[in-house]
Amino acid sequence: MSAAAIVVACLVAALFALTIGAGLGWAAARTRDRTDELVARIDALLPQTQCGQCLYPGCRPYATAIARGEADIDRCPPGGEATIRAIALLLDRAPRPVDPSYGVTKEAVVAWIDEDRCIGCARCLPPCPVDAIVGAPRFMHTVIRDQCTGCELCIPACPVDCIELRPLAASSPTPLLGSA
Amino acid sequence: MQGRNRFPAGLVLESHKQFPLDLPIVELPAPPCVVLALDQGSGREAEPVVANGDRVAFGSTVARPGAAGSAALHATISGRVVAIETREAATPSGHSTCIVIESDGEDRRDPALRTHPDYPSLDPDQLVVALRAAGIVGLGGAAFPTATKLEAARARGARKLVLNGAECEPWICCDDALLREQAADVLLGAHVLMQALAADSCVVAIEDDKPHAIEAMRASVAAAGATGITVQVLPAIYPQGAERQLVTAVTGDEVPSRGWPAEVGVTCQNVATAAAIARWVLTGEPCLTRVVTVTGSGVARPCNVRARIGTPLAALVEAAGGYRDTPLQLIAGGNMTGRALPSDGIGLAKAMNCVLVATRADLEPRISAFERPCIRCGDCATVCPAGLLPQQLHRAARADDESGLRGLGIWDCIDCGLCDYVCPSQIPLAYRFRSAQSVLREREAAARKATAARERHERRGRRLEQAALAEQHAFDAARRRALGNDTAARPDAPDGTS
Repeated sequence: MSAAAIVVACLVAALFALTIGAGLGWAAARTRDRTDELVARIDALLPQTQCGQCLYPGCRPYATAIARGEADIDRCPPGGEATIRAIALLLDRAPRPVDPSYGVTKEAVVAWIDEDRCIGCARCLPPCPVDAIVGAPRFMHTVIRDQCTGCELCIPACPVDCIELRPLAASSPTPLLGSA
Repeated sequence: MQGRNRFPAGLVLESHKQFPLDLPIVELPAPPCVVLALDQGSGREAEPVVANGDRVAFGSTVARPGAAGSAALHATISGRVVAIETREAATPSGHSTCIVIESDGEDRRDPALRTHPDYPSLDPDQLVVALRAAGIVGLGGAAFPTATKLEAARARGARKLVLNGAECEPWICCDDALLREQAADVLLGAHVLMQALAADSCVVAIEDDKPHAIEAMRASVAAAGATGITVQVLPAIYPQGAERQLVTAVTGDEVPSRGWPAEVGVTCQNVATAAAIARWVLTGEPCLTRVVTVTGSGVARPCNVRARIGTPLAALVEAAGGYRDTPLQLIAGGNMTGRALPSDGIGLAKAMNCVLVATRADLEPRISAFERPCIRCGDCATVCPAGLLPQQLHRAARADDESGLRGLGIWDCIDCGLCDYVCPSQIPLAYRFRSAQSVLREREAAARKATAARERHERRGRRLEQAALAEQHAFDAARRRALGNDTAARPDAPDGTS
C-alpha cells in the first residue's frame, strides 16, 4: 500500500469524525435543556418568602414546577398581582388574579415573639425557612426582623401562641423609651 | 474660567432676599420647651440615650448616631425630658420620634463641654470622631452627618474642599447673613475641615448677588493671611447651590451618576456647617443652634434668626413679628425645594435653613388647581440643570416603566423643581420624579431582601442535607460497632453473615 493512500485514508477518517462531531455539537446546543435557566429566571421574580402557600416546599421548587408546566402561575399570594404579571410577561402568557384557594395577598408582615410568654421550647426554629429565629431550648427566642420573610410557618409550631404577625412598616425596631 | 457657569441650563429666579438682610441676625433666647426630632432631616433616626424624666444640661448628648445617616443629638436647653414620642416633624414621612425637653430656667451648661483650641494637634481620624460626637451635620438642608461625608471623601482621596455659600433658593439668605457677620468663623471652620481632610485647597463659592458676603469673606481671608483658601464668585443662577451643580461650576468636572463628589477629588460642605464647627472649637458647644431665615409674605418682619435646635417654629415666627395677611402654607426650606409643614409646633431642625410663611402669591407658579396634559413644548428640558428630559421621564414615570426611568437618568434628578416651575401645563413634575425615585428605591430594597432570603434558604437546605448525611454516617458507624462488639463477645460464633 502506498504512503499516499494511507494519508488519504487518515484524512477521510478525520473529516468524517469532524463532520459527525460538529453535527452532534450543533444538535446538543439546539436541543439543550433550558429548563434550569428558566427556573432561575422565574425564581428571581418570586418574592422568596419560602412560605409554601403554593404547596411546593419553597420558591425554587414552585419555579421549577412552573417551568415544567406542572403548576399555574397564580399560586403565589405573597407576590400578588405584580409577581404574576412579571411571570406572565416572562412566559408570554395572560396574567390572571391570584387563585384564592392558595391564600390571599396581605400587606407585608414580620413575625414577632412575645418574649414574656415564650417558654423556650425551640419548636419554632425548625420550620423557619430562612433561619430568622434565634433561640435554643429553655432560652428566649427572638425573630431577626430584617431576615424574617413573614411566611407564617412558625405560627402553628408555637404551643403557647406567643408569635404574632406585625406589619413590616409599623413594628418599631426600638421600643419608645418611657413614652408618656 | 473663574465663576463661569458650566452646569447645563438653570434659571435666574426673582430674588426675595432683601428684607431679612436689612436687619442683623436676631439671637433668640432659650425657649421654655424644645422638641428634638431624632430625624433632623436626613431621613434616619438617631438612637435616644436618655429616658423620660431624665435631667439634662445644655449640651448633653440625648441621642447617639443610629442608622447610617443619623447624627448625635444634644439637649439645647437644661431641664427635664418630659416625653419621647412620635410627633409631626419636618421629615419625608411627616413624623419622627421626638425628645421633648422642658426648661428648668437655669440654662445650666454641661460641665463636660470644653473648647478645642488644640484642634491643630488632632489627627484627621480623631477630628472626624470628635465631629461625629458633636453631632455636626450639613446645615445647608440635607443634615447629612459631616463626619460620614469626610470619611467618604478621605477614603476616595479628595484633597479639595468646596465651601458652599451659593445659596440659590430665592427666599433663603441665612448663609448670606452668616457670611456678612461671621466670616471669621467660617474661615476657622474651613481650616478644621481642611485638616480633617488633609486637603490642600479650599474654595468658598458665593453667588454674585451677595456682594457684602463676598467682601466680608475676602477681607477675612486676607486678614488671616490664609493660604490655600480662595473665594470664588459664581453667577446667581438657580440651582447653583446644588452639590453636583456647584462642583461642576467650581471644578468643571461632572460628578458620576449616583456617585459622591469625592470621586472627582472634591468634597462640599456648607458655610454654615463650617461656622458650626468653629463654634465647637471656640465655645465647645456641639451643634446646638443654627441661623435660619424666617421669611415670606405671611410674616410681618422677615429676618434671620439664630435659634436653638428644637425651638418651636411658632417662636421663630413670633421673632419675625408674627403672622400677617393670610398665610397659605408653612414651608421648611425655600419655595423651590422646601417641604410643607403640618403645624408651627414642630421644633427647628438642623436641616431647616428657612421657615417660609408663604401666601398663595409666593408659591406661584408652582401651585395650581389644574394639571393639564403635556403639550411637549420642551421648556422643562431647556432648564433642567442635570441635563435630563423631564417630559420623557414623566411619560416613563406614569407608565411605571422602570428601565425607561433608569435609562433617562431618574437618579440624576436633584429635585430642584425648575421643570414644574416653567411647565405651562402646570404638571407637578418634580413631585412625580421624587415619588418614582422612592418607588424604585423601595423595589431595590425588596429585591435585596429577596436575594438575602433566597441565599439563607439555600444555605439552610445545604445544612439540613449535611446534618442528615452526618446522622446516617453516625448511625452506620454505631451499627458497625455494635456488630463488631457482638462478634467480640462470642469468639466461637461464625464471622459476619457467613
